[in-house]
Amino acid sequence: MNYVYAFLFSGIVCALGQIILDNTKLTPGHITSLFTVAGALLSFLGCYDYFVAQCGAGATLLISNFGHMLYSAAYQGYLEEGILGIFSGMFTKSSLAITAVIIFSFIFAIIFKPKD
Amino acid sequence: MEKEEYKKLVKKISPAENKLKNIIVAFLMGGAVALIGEFIVCGLMTIFGLSRVDAGGWLVLIVIFVACLLTALNFFDNWVMRCKCGLIIPTTGFAHSVASSALDYRNDGLITGLGSNFFKLAGSVILYGVISAFILVIVRVIIGG
Repeated sequence: MNYVYAFLFSGIVCALGQIILDNTKLTPGHITSLFTVAGALLSFLGCYDYFVAQCGAGATLLISNFGHMLYSAAYQGYLEEGILGIFSGMFTKSSLAITAVIIFSFIFAIIFKPKD
Repeated sequence: MEKEEYKKLVKKISPAENKLKNIIVAFLMGGAVALIGEFIVCGLMTIFGLSRVDAGGWLVLIVIFVACLLTALNFFDNWVMRCKCGLIIPTTGFAHSVASSALDYRNDGLITGLGSNFFKLAGSVILYGVISAFILVIVRVIIGG
């Protein structure tokens, strides 16, 4: 069942994004920012943990998960260290994705010839 | 080419888009990415005996690696054009935007080109993610104590 939920959840979110993209003047940059903020908001409302538990990779692979990780890490930081923890804990969970993107993009940009 | 000219040219060349087809393609592609991800997670859990959280971390690493590699090999731009949100909203879109701006601006030099344009497209995601998360944590703290 996990596979079905993963497929449906991710598919529905992507279709939703496509509907917004086609019917408004927003660019893909707007869409990704919007869905990141939506992920943080869903995390704030307590829904996103449920989605992750039910849909697995369907929820963790979306860009919304980035907002979810930022929010949950910052809140966890607050619980552990107070106000200072919000600042120091913000990136604890999402640093994996950011570091991976930086390292791989840099290596490939150095190795490969740019287009044109 | 100027921006306005470019927009006119794009409008002239691109055929009338079928919205329903776009939505279905995005749905299938987004679902397929999640399905492959779920397979990889389950594979890692059974083969290497990882916990679900660790497997999820490896999955993100693998997906970003593949997306960056495919962007560097020039495949990804065409796929993003066709599948649009099916590939933009998953983490692949985030990796693609960084990798493509890194490749595009590399010729302008390592500091002024690559360095200063690295997060050109993904910067907004990080910025507004952090801002919204910060505000929401403050709200949660005020409400929940």
